[in-house]
Amino acid sequence: MNARIKRVYPIEENCMGCRLCEVACAIEHSEFKDPLMAFFNGRPQSFTTVEVNGATTFSLNCRHCDEPYCVEACITGAMHKEPDGRVIVYEDICVGCFMCVVSCPWGAVNPKEGAKKAAKCDLCPDRELPACVQACPNRALVFDTTEGLIFELPEEEEEPFVEG
Amino acid sequence: MLYKSLSSFPVFEVERDYDKCIVCGCCVQQCTFDATYYLPYAKKVITDEHKCVGCKRCEAMCPTGAIKVRAVTNEFKHNAYWDARTIRDIYKQADQGGVILTGGGNDRRFRVYWDHLLIDACQVTNPSIDPLREPMELRTFLGRKPDALEVEYNEKGEPELKTKIAPNLVAEIPVIFAPMSYGALNLNMHKAMAAAADAMGTYWNTGEGSLHRDLYKYGHCTIVQVASGRFGVSAEYLKVAAAAEIKIGQGAKPGIGGHLPGEKVDEEISKTRMIPVGTDALSPAPHHDIYSIEDLRQLIYAIKEATNYEKPVSVKIAAVHNVAAIASGIARAGADIIVLDGFRGGTGASPAIVRDYVGIPVEIAVAVVDQRLREEGIRNWVSIIAAGGIRNSADVIKAIALGADAVYIGTSALLAVGCTLCHKCYTGRCAWGITTNDPHIAKRLNPDIAAERLINLLKGWAHEMKEMLGLMGINAIESLKGNRLRLRAIGLTKEEMDILGVLPAGEGI
Ligand code: SF4
Ligand code: SF4
Ligand code: SF4
Ligand code: SF4
Ligand code: SF4
Repeated sequence: MNARIKRVYPIEENCMGCRLCEVACAIEHSEFKDPLMAFFNGRPQSFTTVEVNGATTFSLNCRHCDEPYCVEACITGAMHKEPDGRVIVYEDICVGCFMCVVSCPWGAVNPKEGAKKAAKCDLCPDRELPACVQACPNRALVFDTTEGLIFELPEEEEEPFVEG
Repeated sequence: MLYKSLSSFPVFEVERDYDKCIVCGCCVQQCTFDATYYLPYAKKVITDEHKCVGCKRCEAMCPTGAIKVRAVTNEFKHNAYWDARTIRDIYKQADQGGVILTGGGNDRRFRVYWDHLLIDACQVTNPSIDPLREPMELRTFLGRKPDALEVEYNEKGEPELKTKIAPNLVAEIPVIFAPMSYGALNLNMHKAMAAAADAMGTYWNTGEGSLHRDLYKYGHCTIVQVASGRFGVSAEYLKVAAAAEIKIGQGAKPGIGGHLPGEKVDEEISKTRMIPVGTDALSPAPHHDIYSIEDLRQLIYAIKEATNYEKPVSVKIAAVHNVAAIASGIARAGADIIVLDGFRGGTGASPAIVRDYVGIPVEIAVAVVDQRLREEGIRNWVSIIAAGGIRNSADVIKAIALGADAVYIGTSALLAVGCTLCHKCYTGRCAWGITTNDPHIAKRLNPDIAAERLINLLKGWAHEMKEMLGLMGINAIESLKGNRLRLRAIGLTKEEMDILGVLPAGEGI
């Protein structure tokens, strides 16, 4: 059996459709990491999408598939699977043919805002925990690492005293 | 605004800082009262303040902190007698007639006796105890205690207890989650309370809406209610529980029944309450088979029979003027636990006028009931649970010093999981996902997170209670029970102090 691949799983029964995961993703992937700068001066784009159908809501993003359609479709090799299992697009090689965009059955690849490049979930390489997982107020997203399921960063030692 | 009564004025201001608003739409999606909406052409989010109930959900959820929800405090010309709420209520009734409904607990400015009671501490002549170094016991037994213990010696000459001890609940902390029904609350909140009670070694109470099948596994830490509507009461329901409670009254609405509107009775609630889907769940004001203490005795013993005399039976009443005599009757009727629900107790829905002006404070009820039962020599027959407006660990300590054995917390538990006391529970649209059965809104209350928060709250209170016991030089909560000498009153009249049985601050023993 393959080792488990890192990915973000949605938990439908906890998702309340607030879209804060989208906000967090957009901030994380804008040139500014500040929320106001990102939205007023950047090109905010989220790689996770909250799907809504009545009371059913969940945040869907790239499955980092074992056999990714997007990688297979990519004509330049820009879209590829890293040894750790993440499916990543190398922007400098991407020619913007968007074969990956049309081939992904989850709609997880999108044209990058304002550029002829593909853009998708990269599992936030600069962060300990993907932005969407950490921003979700209701634990509706879980980070499945090779070791286990993580909802939030470990708390520092339990405090006997809390600030008043 | 258009299409509205001329005398409807907004109660809350929703201030949105457009320099910070990123138009993410979160506040629009989260407002369950449809107060906030998006203007597509202006690409702007705005709020109709007439509809805002001040639940602060949008403020809490906004990712950029762009929203401030504030109560309008100067909406009318200042008037110390005709305050804004009074004026608004008259407008409302003039507009529509009818009874003004509300949720939550009494928020009127009556004297809060807790805040007039101070706790004693040890200095020099009697040593205090450090709870971090020495064992400190919060364990509490709830139920009937024997009048005396008889011991006999066996053939080896060893002493053995001859007295048969009545069944007791064992709570590791004398704080129990108050009865709040499934129907008024959703299943997520019931799950959270059950899990938290289980983890903390205490109990939770189903309220009058019975127990969902999925929660039968928590039976050992569940107190099940038998109320005037008898919803979902079956032999199995009684057997699965740790104790059964006969609900006579509720502090927020003494003397009136309950009404869960038919729209709220969905498939699961219907199965749990054992009533058809979509029918109103009506709880009559009295139990129609209880018109006297003798009748009550019959029901108590019917439950005891049904549960093989293995479980304590509790009787819950609202704290009313004649509470001491009624409690004495309940003790004599065979109850093992009496719950006194003071007028600050919360509710899912009650006429505001009843919530605000009927009943008495629980501080007084506990003091007079404890006193009366002691005078009659039957205090050991029952345990007393104080309910209705317990806000912090000091209230618990004071309640116990006044004569309670344990407390119920309802409003504090709701606050712990997000409630902002907007008092709109009766609408079924609770933006925090607590008092709503709308499947989408109820998702906002993740039972795991809620249980963790309830556990944290109880842990915090337990630490504080141990601290307070330690500083009084007491190492077990049971030694504090009814020890009113460790309380002093400040700013109370002579009569009030006599009733509470406490000395004024400054008076030694
Ligand atoms: S982009 Fe689509 S096809 Fe490619 S790995 Fe992600 S989910 Fe699979
Ligand atoms: S932040 Fe969480 S709850 Fe909100 S939409 Fe995203 S996954 Fe759902
Ligand atoms: S949640 Fe905050 S940032 Fe988002 S639309 Fe509302 S006010 Fe604007
Ligand atoms: S979410 Fe609550 S506070 Fe915010 S606008 Fe709606 S009703 Fe008012
Ligand atoms: S439970 Fe919900 S509706 Fe009721 S007061 Fe609290 S926040 Fe408001």
